[in-house]
Amino acid sequence: MRIRSGEFVCLVGPSGCGKTTVLHLLAGLAEPSVGEVLADGSPILGPDPGRVLIFQEGALFPWLTVRANVEFGLRFKGVPKAERTVKVLELLEKVHLADFAHSWVHELSGGMKQKVALARALAVDPAVLLMDEPFGALDALTRDMLHDELQEIWGQSSKTVVFVTHNVREATVLGDRIIVMSRSPGRVLAEFEVDLPRPRHMADDGIMTIAGQVRAALER
Amino acid sequence: MSLITRNGEKMPVPRQRMIFTGVLLGAWLVAGLLELWPSYIFPTLPGVCSAIWRGIDRGTLPMAILGSMRRLAVGYSIALAAGIITGLLMAGMSWFKNTFGLLVLGLQTLPSICWLPLAILWFGLSEKAILFVVVMGAFLSIALAAEDGIRNTPKVYLQAARNLGASGFGLYRSVILPSAMPTLLTGMKLGWSFAWRSLMAGELIYAVPGLGFMLNMGRELNDMNQVVAVILVIMTIGLVTDKLFFSVLERSVRSRWGTVRS
Repeated sequence: MRIRSGEFVCLVGPSGCGKTTVLHLLAGLAEPSVGEVLADGSPILGPDPGRVLIFQEGALFPWLTVRANVEFGLRFKGVPKAERTVKVLELLEKVHLADFAHSWVHELSGGMKQKVALARALAVDPAVLLMDEPFGALDALTRDMLHDELQEIWGQSSKTVVFVTHNVREATVLGDRIIVMSRSPGRVLAEFEVDLPRPRHMADDGIMTIAGQVRAALER
Repeated sequence: MSLITRNGEKMPVPRQRMIFTGVLLGAWLVAGLLELWPSYIFPTLPGVCSAIWRGIDRGTLPMAILGSMRRLAVGYSIALAAGIITGLLMAGMSWFKNTFGLLVLGLQTLPSICWLPLAILWFGLSEKAILFVVVMGAFLSIALAAEDGIRNTPKVYLQAARNLGASGFGLYRSVILPSAMPTLLTGMKLGWSFAWRSLMAGELIYAVPGLGFMLNMGRELNDMNQVVAVILVIMTIGLVTDKLFFSVLERSVRSRWGTVRS
């Protein structure tokens, strides 16, 4: 499996096929039992703020405010305070949550939490964003809105995104390329290029067509 | 009888408490005026008030309060530091938990005042002996709670933090300890109440100046009013510490985590 720089890749597959494991390997949070995982040609030895994972449940820290959550990675990078403050505000504006800077995590809705998680990941300016079914637990309306926001943010940046989902249509909306995985053994079954203009939406005709093909590959 | 006023509204809590206190004090006053028992058996309200006033006027009461609070503060701080360090060690190293952890668990069942005879043999009738008992009272429950809280840090917080660049000491300071805070706080509260109880018990035997000693002094002088006055002061300090310190901490934790008061 190869992922090009700046590409938006979606991994789809049934639960238990190892999609999440692939992300954890890429994030350096797990080690391969066989083979190697390379980033820019060198093996991944551990977690690195250059590749940030966004968890399904957000994994925001409840003891910190929204602002402090976004600031978290910057503190460890040694960014000076004044600079951190500016950057955090900028990011919260980008995800339309500037009004919630001083809220606690439990005061946010599911969609807002994922946007904060996205902002927290973007704060350390990673080359690669790894997203593990981040919108899986959200209602359809919120998810559609987040699809728009994510496509917009990705469009403005040059980041590589690896996005795991079991929702085929979601993969088709977001991905430049879709990698279909099979259950036990977890293997790559098929690959699809999605060459549709952005922003794309769940209900677009082109999306429906490609999603149909992907689903057929999954069920084969 | 329900505390509901005529128009069906519930009586506000402060008023409930004021009425309760008023009735209690009134009954006490009347019982004292009836002179049913001798004064060394039954304390009277005016007698207790004047005992408190006398204590303040002579400076013995403030001195005793300061003495006890100082011992508590020193002992509790030592217990807190030692407890958190032990908790970290137990959570981090399984052999330490399997060996020393069992000892901690066993010792926790021991009422801490049982350490006093040992402490007196070690340190003599001294400040150190009392301090030892206070530390032993608080240390164990803080250590166990710290270990529990640290061990139960959700894995996903650790992964997220490491991914964002936290490692080593930074990981402990910014993730593991704050995440353990709700559990740790329960242990701190328990530890405080153990420390306070064992301090008072220890001071009964020897500690100048101190509230426990003043209490015992009252007994030796057959001065029931002083005994009850000191009991009231000890209760008040307990209540104030709970409200000013622990309730504030708990409220802060609750507002962050969004857990509802049970």
